[in-house]
Amino acid sequence: MSTSGNVVAMKKVVQQLRFEANIDRVKVSQAAAELQQFCIQNALQDPLLTGVSSSTNPFRTQKLCSFV
Amino acid sequence: NFCVIFITFEGFLSRAGEANFPLAKMAAQEVQPSETIAKLKSESEALKTKLEEERAKLHDVELHQVAEKVDPLGQFVMKTRRTLKGHGNKVLCMDWCKDKRRIVSSSQDGKVIVWDAFTTNKEHAVTMPCTWVMACAYAPSGCAVACGGLDNKCSVYPLSLDKNENLAAKKKSVAMHTNYLSACSFTNSDMQILTSSGDGTCALWDVESGQLLQSFHGHAADVLCLDLAPSETGNTFVSGGCDKKANVWDMRSGQCIQSFETHESDINSVRYYPSGDAFASGSDDATCRLYDLRADREVAIYSKESIIFGASSVDFSLSGRLLFGGYNDYTINVWDVLKGTRVSILFGHENRVSTLRVSPDGTAFCSGSWDHTLRVRE
Repeated sequence: MSTSGNVVAMKKVVQQLRFEANIDRVKVSQAAAELQQFCIQNALQDPLLTGVSSSTNPFRTQKLCSFV
Repeated sequence: NFCVIFITFEGFLSRAGEANFPLAKMAAQEVQPSETIAKLKSESEALKTKLEEERAKLHDVELHQVAEKVDPLGQFVMKTRRTLKGHGNKVLCMDWCKDKRRIVSSSQDGKVIVWDAFTTNKEHAVTMPCTWVMACAYAPSGCAVACGGLDNKCSVYPLSLDKNENLAAKKKSVAMHTNYLSACSFTNSDMQILTSSGDGTCALWDVESGQLLQSFHGHAADVLCLDLAPSETGNTFVSGGCDKKANVWDMRSGQCIQSFETHESDINSVRYYPSGDAFASGSDDATCRLYDLRADREVAIYSKESIIFGASSVDFSLSGRLLFGGYNDYTINVWDVLKGTRVSILFGHENRVSTLRVSPDGTAFCSGSWDHTLRVRE
């Protein structure tokens, strides 16, 4: 009977929801502050944010060719 | 009928510690299946409401409000430094090698190519037995690549130093799904691969034996993308699917530990914030969103009225301040993650941007497109 399969499936849904409803959460203000803190702390080490000089940037170094 | 109900309840007696309802009492009653389903449905609705209420209680501020005091970003000029040409059809996926210079890409024409992005040379090429190779990944050691697509499999190819060697000969089939492979990623070593599939599941595989180590069930439709948490944050990963849900999973137990359903269409791409405390998503609903795992909710939406095409691929810069999104309108939008504003729009591709990854050292990012090319920019 397919209804017993539905009962099993529904129980799993209920159990999963119960689990998710009971997890610990923090306030958005606290979570947001920590996301921001991480950005600020790591800003100087972010080459796409700060830009990298031509001399150290591997995609910009020009190779010099010499003809012998 | 009655006997079947007993058997169903028995399976749950072992979890009595977690259950609220009086199991013994229910088992003693003559309960008809339709009554049980109705009860479970109303309990499930009540729990969903409770979940939203719990999340709403902690929603005391918006991320961009907290970020008001942060200095705004200046003008960004990002130029294409390399264009990788060689695929004969749409580029569907790409991944960086840990050496920060090699790239693997896969295409609709069945080809998987390994490039040296500095020189634009093609170092290896493999022809897959199927078209639409939707997923590819570089192994952490740099010694192998994994790929798959319409063949429903994920295969690993060891990269030979001998350029003349036929890579296809050493191919190892690792994962088997019952529908297309949408994404794959090695875990912290070359030994395990995580896959997602059109069959609605994700799975963790042992590369050497091809054994299924764990499967992840919970999506109600095709799973389109996945991303592993940064190694410091433990054994979790996030997946996104056509059911509009993003699920966070415990890799060891197979349990879905958090689920987010705020997108209005398929989620094409998910990527963890570098700290591991949040993840971004890109969707066919033309928005990218940020979900914080500790607050257990969406904390930002990156959208504009002028952006009406889906976001196919997202990735963060190293500090997490920038979110790059590749879109189906051929552009890449760069977002200020904290303030929620767009800081740059990048043109150049002549068809949909299908894949986008920032390099491992954060100095550049690469995008792949249906225009058959890949572009490296910084």
